[in-house]
Amino acid sequence: MKILVPVKRTASLDDEFEMRDDGRDVDADFCEYDINEFDEFSVEEAIKIKEAAAEGAVEVVVVTVGSEDADEVLRKCLAKGADRGIRVWDDAMEGSDQIAIARILAKVIEREQPELVLTGAQSSDHGFAQTGIALAGLLGWPHGAVVSFLDYTPGSASLSFRRELEGGLEQQASIALPAVLTIQLGINRPRYASLRGIRQASAKPVEELTHGDLGLGDDQVGEAGSLSHVRRMYVPERGRSEMIEGTPAQQASRILQIIREVRG
Amino acid sequence: MAGILIIAEHRQGVFRPITLEAVAAAETIKAGSGGGVAVAVIAPQPGAYVPWVSVAAVDEVITVTAPNDEFDPDVTQAAVKALIEARKPSVVLMAHSVDSWAVAPALAAELGLGFATDVFDLCYDGGELVATRAAYKEKVFVELDFPGKETVLLTIRSNAFKPAAGTGSPAVSDFPIPGLAPRTRHQGWQEPPPSGGIDIPGAEFIMSVGRGVGDEANIEQFAELAEVLGATLGCSRPIADNGWLPKARQVGQSGKLAANCKLYIAMGISGAVQHQWGMKHVENIIAVNKDADASIFTVAKYGVVGDMFEIAEELKAQAGRN
Repeated sequence: MKILVPVKRTASLDDEFEMRDDGRDVDADFCEYDINEFDEFSVEEAIKIKEAAAEGAVEVVVVTVGSEDADEVLRKCLAKGADRGIRVWDDAMEGSDQIAIARILAKVIEREQPELVLTGAQSSDHGFAQTGIALAGLLGWPHGAVVSFLDYTPGSASLSFRRELEGGLEQQASIALPAVLTIQLGINRPRYASLRGIRQASAKPVEELTHGDLGLGDDQVGEAGSLSHVRRMYVPERGRSEMIEGTPAQQASRILQIIREVRG
Repeated sequence: MAGILIIAEHRQGVFRPITLEAVAAAETIKAGSGGGVAVAVIAPQPGAYVPWVSVAAVDEVITVTAPNDEFDPDVTQAAVKALIEARKPSVVLMAHSVDSWAVAPALAAELGLGFATDVFDLCYDGGELVATRAAYKEKVFVELDFPGKETVLLTIRSNAFKPAAGTGSPAVSDFPIPGLAPRTRHQGWQEPPPSGGIDIPGAEFIMSVGRGVGDEANIEQFAELAEVLGATLGCSRPIADNGWLPKARQVGQSGKLAANCKLYIAMGISGAVQHQWGMKHVENIIAVNKDADASIFTVAKYGVVGDMFEIAEELKAQAGRN
């Protein structure tokens, strides 16, 4: 059986950053990139299922939509134990929102026909929490969001899982496969890649595809295929703390003074 | 295309007041939407929730009879889809809740609706609906619009709007939906583990540690400091996820609300919106963080840009002298 795990290369901002000339995103020169934190957990969950099954019984395929720079994210997953990667990109995909990304991933899933798709519950850069469930909607598959536990025996037609709700309450449910589950932080302890894993990863295959290869038209990707449009991005003017300056000793002394004032 | 449709939430037989925050959001754009505000209640006995949503701003309540009380994304999706097709609202609002996460994106993708999530401000600019949300750990805001979309679906961040109040007398009508073969089956609830005497909701003084603590071995010194200061020790999500402190100490949306807190010290917590949900209402917040741009400094009254370990050592030494 096959588990497909879509992963995203996400940006975090440097201490100092500037907007792009068009004012619709941060200039990439001021960003650092890594795999989406939530995807570390979905990848780990897939690899755990693979390791618990008989050798060769489960294949883990990682997929990303992004330019060549996103290869490092796929390699990281391959180093941890995923079997192969797929990277989809061409210039027409620039400006795709989460729904356009989901449409691309849905086409990859139609080609690959996995029994299970595990995505991160959201991304650590924009936090839309859209891609996984939009993907399920486009495929017409059953889905569960914000999964904090899952129990799956490869070969079975369903699996049981728990969703983490507000306040730490969890809902237990079973779901028919194939299905899409979005994975919450803390479901497992993601591993670090071993040196041996990193060496092996470079030999694992990464297939490259374009929207044309997937049978998608130009109007189905990029801004044309999106459900929202960024007008502008800006640094808001917000209230800011009264900063306590001085040496650590002076700062601590002021904190203690505030504690005494408030506590009486 | 006119008017606003809001999807009400309930869980374990209890109405979820975040629905009234969505009603308040609707009030701010009602004039621009060109129609009334309708709230749909999807439940086995939807009539039971009608009084809860009968606030002044609501013109109509639509009751939809669902097969089960527990949330099923397929049922909600089918019901809202049928409602959109029948009523053609210009805006559909849901709370940005865990249940909405499970249904809103599928609905938007299936119907090709204009779509944005975790929205905390919305307005009409001319005829164009504009939704504002945050990105990159709350460091920037983003304005989104939805060119050419006749219906726009938005999920509303909790605590962004004050719940709508005032008594109203909306018209109530019933809306039938077709039956579905269930694909997901509810099997039960699991309550959070017992708190073992840890009382975050009741504590008046909380000192929380976050990712900045770095290592499990460093937790102990902050536990000692909390004791010296007379504070209840709290934490942010990554600390509980790593098992360094029990879940009962986690402040935030999936943890506890610091409901009675008067003084909150955040050590090495960047201030993710999920954490802020649990503490940003506290009157006196002191944040210690090495990143001067951390979003915690937008909610804290007092800020220290510095090393949380150095500050902790000084606090302990000086508090011990008094």
